[in-house]
Amino acid sequence: MVPLSWYLGLSALLFTIGAMGVFIKRNTITIFLCIELMLNGVNLTLVALSGFFGDVSGQLFVFMVIAVAAAEAAVGLAIIISIFRNRESLNVDDADTLKL
Amino acid sequence: MEKALFIIIAVIAVAAALNVLIQRNPLYSALSLIGTMAALSVLYVMLRAQFIAAVQIVVYAGAILVLFIFVIMLLNAPKQQLQIDKQKGLRYLAIPLAGLLLAEAFYVVWRVQDIAMPVVKEGEEAVGTTWSVGVALFTHYLLPFQVAGVLLLMALIGAVVLARREGDK
Amino acid sequence: MPALLQAATDFQTIARQAGQLIMPEAILTLFACAALILDVMLPRNRKRVVAWVCLAGIGASLVSLGILYFNISSREAARTGFFDMIIIDNYAVVFKLMFLIGAALSILLSIKYLDTEGEQRGEYYALILFSVTGMMFMASGVDLLTLFISLELMAISVYILVGFLKRDQRSNEAAMKYFLLGAFSSGVLLYGISLVYGLTGTTNLAKIAAALPTVASANYNLLGTPADMRYLVLLSMILMAAGMFFKVAAVPFHMWAPDAYEGAPTSITAFMSVAVKAASFAMFGRLFLYGLPDLRGALEGDPANNIAGLPGWALLLGIVAAITMVWGNLAALIQNNTKRLLAYSSISHAGFTLLGLIAGNQTGYTAFIIYLFIYTLMNLGVFGCIIALRRRGIAGDRMEDFNGLVRKAPWLTVMMTIFLLSLGGIPPTAGFVGKLYLFMGLIETGNPWLVRLAILAVLMSAVSLYYYIRFIRAMYIEPESEPQPLSLSRPLQTALAVAVLLVMLIGVYPQPLIRLTQKAATSQGLKTYVYEEKPAATDSTDQPGAVPLPPTPPRR
Repeated sequence: MVPLSWYLGLSALLFTIGAMGVFIKRNTITIFLCIELMLNGVNLTLVALSGFFGDVSGQLFVFMVIAVAAAEAAVGLAIIISIFRNRESLNVDDADTLKL
Repeated sequence: MEKALFIIIAVIAVAAALNVLIQRNPLYSALSLIGTMAALSVLYVMLRAQFIAAVQIVVYAGAILVLFIFVIMLLNAPKQQLQIDKQKGLRYLAIPLAGLLLAEAFYVVWRVQDIAMPVVKEGEEAVGTTWSVGVALFTHYLLPFQVAGVLLLMALIGAVVLARREGDK
Repeated sequence: MPALLQAATDFQTIARQAGQLIMPEAILTLFACAALILDVMLPRNRKRVVAWVCLAGIGASLVSLGILYFNISSREAARTGFFDMIIIDNYAVVFKLMFLIGAALSILLSIKYLDTEGEQRGEYYALILFSVTGMMFMASGVDLLTLFISLELMAISVYILVGFLKRDQRSNEAAMKYFLLGAFSSGVLLYGISLVYGLTGTTNLAKIAAALPTVASANYNLLGTPADMRYLVLLSMILMAAGMFFKVAAVPFHMWAPDAYEGAPTSITAFMSVAVKAASFAMFGRLFLYGLPDLRGALEGDPANNIAGLPGWALLLGIVAAITMVWGNLAALIQNNTKRLLAYSSISHAGFTLLGLIAGNQTGYTAFIIYLFIYTLMNLGVFGCIIALRRRGIAGDRMEDFNGLVRKAPWLTVMMTIFLLSLGGIPPTAGFVGKLYLFMGLIETGNPWLVRLAILAVLMSAVSLYYYIRFIRAMYIEPESEPQPLSLSRPLQTALAVAVLLVMLIGVYPQPLIRLTQKAATSQGLKTYVYEEKPAATDSTDQPGAVPLPPTPPRR
């Protein structure tokens, strides 16, 4: 039987890798992927706790998080496309005015 | 036996997650993230959350990440494009933050030990099945479910508004 | 299948409740959908009709909110519904009123702005309504799941609105930045939420509040195993606070605000700086005052019901509020872009608002709500004046654009002056009432550290006058820099007039608003804290920072 703490440790590790990626990476899409990684870490915590509590609400939370992630992905990628279109039409390939 | 499986899966998940950071091309990062998600879905099955495991594969890996890959291919962006400048200090903030979170992880592993999963008795509905998730979704969690519906509608409209080319009307 | 039968009877209850408890939100959603359909049918030059339809929706929602308010005040009790997912109490009603007023004024400001930008499209107004729906659920949600999903409903619609000017690169990039940091902060908040769920086994705020003291009292049994969970409690609280600090733009997590405020369409900047901020604060209050009241922590002289030996959120919020006020005001001094300046001013106002939560008494909570209410009116007014300066070829967001305004538009100048004085907290404007209550709340506690915080807030309030007076000097003293006349549209004038009247009215006769917010501050479940009288000798020795952490219990 795998103890709960292992699951929690793994999810904390995944969350940390994701959060580090947000700070380290410079590519917009990769940062976005790292945020998805963080959400996956959270989901593992919730599912593990839900399984060990025998309580379904954690899994519903995960269900909602996935729905939110889908909405975020659609909107975020649309924003990326609109940035790209503007840069393309303005013919500025590597002018970065965005600062984080 | 189960512990060995967990370790193998966990190593795959962490390796794929690290690969997301290591790769310079976002396409490879996205593909690598699919690996993490598949591994997590195995863990969900081990945790008896069959429904969420299926959703993880079908929606997360199958739809959301495919959307990512689709956009990356569509833009066909060279590596330099879509980059953002960061303030210098931000990178160094990552290390203490990671340290804190990792310390927390080890603290949890150290403190919360030897807890067994509750055993499902005969005739009892297990928590992770589609049936139990569905019943909870349409009774106790009806309101968040409805709000999620509004959220998805709004995101749909928003994505169209932002991504539509001007002058198509 | 007894569970299915149960579900059927549950459904009847739900249907009855839905008719009453979520009617304001349901109306808004319906009107948003109607606006979308109407937008498709209208020709290009008639899109303004959509704005009026959305305003009608807000009006209908206000009416149903009023009915709901009379319902709960005649029962003299709050109503919960949807299996304790939401609560309708005075707190929720007052915040919902605030969001509706903010949204209505923002729509009035938008009509002219979108015309000037050539982006008059119906989706804009529908998205505002969707985001207000999210905000209203944020104010009444008492379950972490409801709160999270409505937060996202609000946040994602605002990401889209920030990037609404598709052809403007600044708008795109502001949206990108706001989006990335917003999604990141949601992740952080969510991790905090998952830890709280792990510690208490529930997502209901009331149950969490009941369970946390046992969890945190050092020998909690997580599923039967004795373990010291206090540091995990602390960590989850910090993560949740960090997520919320992002949303309200408090200082260590404020870096998105100036860029997002500058790049967004000005009408959306106005909407973000008031309604989004108020909604985030409403959720902040719910999370911390309903969900984690016992983690308030051991400031000296606190009652014994706090967790021993752990610094709580009062200390955390106190430090953040102090840094936020100082940093926001100092950074605002050197800005030349007015939208950026107001972004920093809005950061500093977030710091002021936090003071109400820190005070933790009746006056503090009243101040918290009343300040947000007044801030909504005065900040919308200032942004309305900036929008009035926007015309063909002139962005209107530089300080020089205000030069000599008094000779071009005397009435606009007078209104702008009133809003600015109100932001600075000068009597007899409404801003003075808000600030007075905030400071009174802190001083009433009698805690020396909180009194010092109040003194700092007064000082910073004086600093803020400097940059508000820069506007006034430009308007009255500087010579006109360009002769082009202003274009004030009827809706914009209406919005400004309503805002200025309310600001003056509240400043002169604040009693009705105070009564309303006091009711909200005494809402069921809001825990107040009374400081015990202590001899002066001990007061000076134990400082909040010096609360000793007890040694970690030995390993099992």
